[in-house]
Amino acid sequence: MAASASWPGGLRIPSRKHAIAAGPLVVAPRPRRVLLALRQSMETGAELEPCVAVGARVQEGDCIARPRHAEGAALHTPIGGTVSAIGQRTLAQADGAGTCVVIEAGAASDLAPRPRVPLGDGFRSLAPEALLAQLRDSGLAGLGGAAFALDSKLAQARRSGCELLLLNGVECDPWTCCDDRLLRDRAAEVLDGALVLLHASGAARCVVAVGDDKPEACAALEAARVTLGDARIELRAVPALYPGGAEALLVTTVTGVALPAGKLPADVGVLCHNVASAAALARFVHAGEPLLRRIVTVTGSGVARPCNVEAWIGTPLSELLALAGLGAAPLERLIVGGAMSGLAVADPSVPLTKAGNCVIAASAADLGLPGAAAELPCIRCGDCARACPVDLQPQQLHQALRNGDEPALARLYLDDCIECGCCDYVCPSRIPLTARLRAGRALALRRRAAEAQATDWRERHAARLARDQRAATTQRAQFERARAEGDGGGAP
Amino acid sequence: VSAPGAAAPHLRAERSVARVMELVLLALLPYALVHLWLYGPVLPLQLAVAAAAAGGAEALALRLRRRDPRAALRDRSVLVTAALLAAALPPFLPWWITALAAAVAVLLGKHAFGGLGQNPFNPAMVGYATVLLAFPLQMTRWTVPATALAQDWGTLARTGLATVLGRADPAAIDGWTGATALEALQSGLAQRLTMQEIRALPAFGSVGGAGVEWLALAALLGGLVLLALRIVRWQVPFAVLAGMATAAAVARAFDPGAHAGAVLHLFSGATMLGAFFIATDPVSGAASDRGRIVFGAGIGVLTYLIRAHGVHADGFAFAVLLMNLAVPLIDRHSVPLPHGHART
Repeated sequence: MAASASWPGGLRIPSRKHAIAAGPLVVAPRPRRVLLALRQSMETGAELEPCVAVGARVQEGDCIARPRHAEGAALHTPIGGTVSAIGQRTLAQADGAGTCVVIEAGAASDLAPRPRVPLGDGFRSLAPEALLAQLRDSGLAGLGGAAFALDSKLAQARRSGCELLLLNGVECDPWTCCDDRLLRDRAAEVLDGALVLLHASGAARCVVAVGDDKPEACAALEAARVTLGDARIELRAVPALYPGGAEALLVTTVTGVALPAGKLPADVGVLCHNVASAAALARFVHAGEPLLRRIVTVTGSGVARPCNVEAWIGTPLSELLALAGLGAAPLERLIVGGAMSGLAVADPSVPLTKAGNCVIAASAADLGLPGAAAELPCIRCGDCARACPVDLQPQQLHQALRNGDEPALARLYLDDCIECGCCDYVCPSRIPLTARLRAGRALALRRRAAEAQATDWRERHAARLARDQRAATTQRAQFERARAEGDGGGAP
Repeated sequence: VSAPGAAAPHLRAERSVARVMELVLLALLPYALVHLWLYGPVLPLQLAVAAAAAGGAEALALRLRRRDPRAALRDRSVLVTAALLAAALPPFLPWWITALAAAVAVLLGKHAFGGLGQNPFNPAMVGYATVLLAFPLQMTRWTVPATALAQDWGTLARTGLATVLGRADPAAIDGWTGATALEALQSGLAQRLTMQEIRALPAFGSVGGAGVEWLALAALLGGLVLLALRIVRWQVPFAVLAGMATAAAVARAFDPGAHAGAVLHLFSGATMLGAFFIATDPVSGAASDRGRIVFGAGIGVLTYLIRAHGVHADGFAFAVLLMNLAVPLIDRHSVPLPHGHART
């Protein structure tokens, strides 16, 4: 059953999550107030367009914002009440803030949810295109971290011919365990979602990949698979090696063929979805519930009862932290997203988004920060290159960045960096390599855009000069001709 | 929350530069013990002299460069440079030559180029090559350990320490010092002795240089510890040893009368210490694993060529410095193809 990874590097990071995953799933109460971010993740680009105004009364499950483009997913409110504000709020996203629709719960009578009309098993009689159209308004998005609209990925896979549905339950981050808990509790729901995805994508088979550090989740899935008895679905335990859950690497692990650089899984006939997305899809199809909640791991030494919480989208993180018993001691860092790729946030009032899989109230000890964590010069030990899952040379890239040597950056394949953080993790000199490489890529992108613009302007300018020249020549020729004619015809 | 905006990843492994350096020092222990047995207690003295000179030079350089000397001394890399020099220099070398080598290593080998991580040359080998060129007589005065072992350890210790400190007549140890195996090989061949006659000289042990072969074994043992702890990867040491052995074997296959075999070369001179502890300096070595194989093989082959055809009996230091020069070129042409790129 075990497959061996066929990508280089990767790390086995000590983890304390197994004990937390073993604890029960805590169901969060509905918050009195939600902040629904119009951009649920940085990857989804432009903000959604709100379809409610301040003062509007909404019912639970109402759509409050619609996407302007395919990658975005509609956004629904998990509580009934009144839209109290639409404006900028602090968010757990790289640029720190974004527009939120704020909804305050009203009186008890407001809380009656909008009636739901599930598709049920009727989805099987729908043509895939019709099913996709139904999903457009479901709010379903990738719950693994990028929050791309589920239907846009499906449509893309259909266009390029999908052969394999790959459900990602690897969950390689050393602190995150929400998918582990989900698989233990709701394996049947995940497989129900797989059936819908198989139907909608046209894929012939489905592989559910689970990290081999989750034996309980594997057992639960296997039991559900036997009960379901669908021969198209296969279970695969993959090495619990960080960052083995990264989409491109997982495709390599499962298919045994390296995903060509710059290609998407869809280009090689693979549709990749997180197991939590599949479970949410099953809930939409069989219960008619749009995406209103997700499971999130609330952990770190800062909370007394680290646990997995089923929480409502838009809930301020402070409420989730309180639920897990946030202590009075000051935190070293509050992290949203995993320990390896999450974002440190200053304000615990930021809301949960669809992409939020883990909240870490971290102490200094949690982060492995020694007393003096000062950066030292690179000694070119090469540990970073050995850890790199895409076989880059971070230490040489770091030097090229310091030198501002752009040709060297291209020669060293800077653009192939997946920002997994493995190089930072192993660096004995504690150099923030990932952040430097990210900044370097952003700079190179800006530089290239500026150069393209400059070239464009230069070409336009040259074209204009040529045009003016031509015009002048023509004008002169006309003038000369006219004068010649005038001379010839006007004899005294 | 005190550190907003701190960038991912938020976890770090335990290993630090200082820890790496400490483990390298620990791996030198077998070598030090054999050295103690063969030559008496001169190594601790030489180490103390080298460490004091290197540490002083480091502190001075950092002061001149307006850096905090305390932080830089904490990373232990200076101590490793000093220890490698003490281990590689002749045991009864006058202390001031050891001190000079250590100071040159730190000042010219390291800080002239910008300090830790910036040096294109192996600092210890810069210091070694400098004193080898400046003091050829003292630098080739190695003890024949078999003779030294015939002395009782008390005499060995007293005379040895006094010689290093310059308080004894150098003639006192002249009786024990003699040509090393590599020197005997060179002069023997010049005198047109046969290989059998050369191997019968007292400078030779059972496989390599007399006594030195035990040091080589100890260095190999320490090197295997470094490999097991993953401080050092196999590429450089393997390539050094394979490069030297191949060159020696090929030469011997063509003319057995004029060339000692691979085994003698592996177990004499600085080969083992160099392969595992000196050539593996990451700062001045090649970056990628493929590059490290080329780098190591170059050192092995060049060392052999210098031994067989050069003026100097051993050439490890020069081979390392020459390959250091080639590192930018090697790095340029050994970048691995990232995952997902097809070889064209």
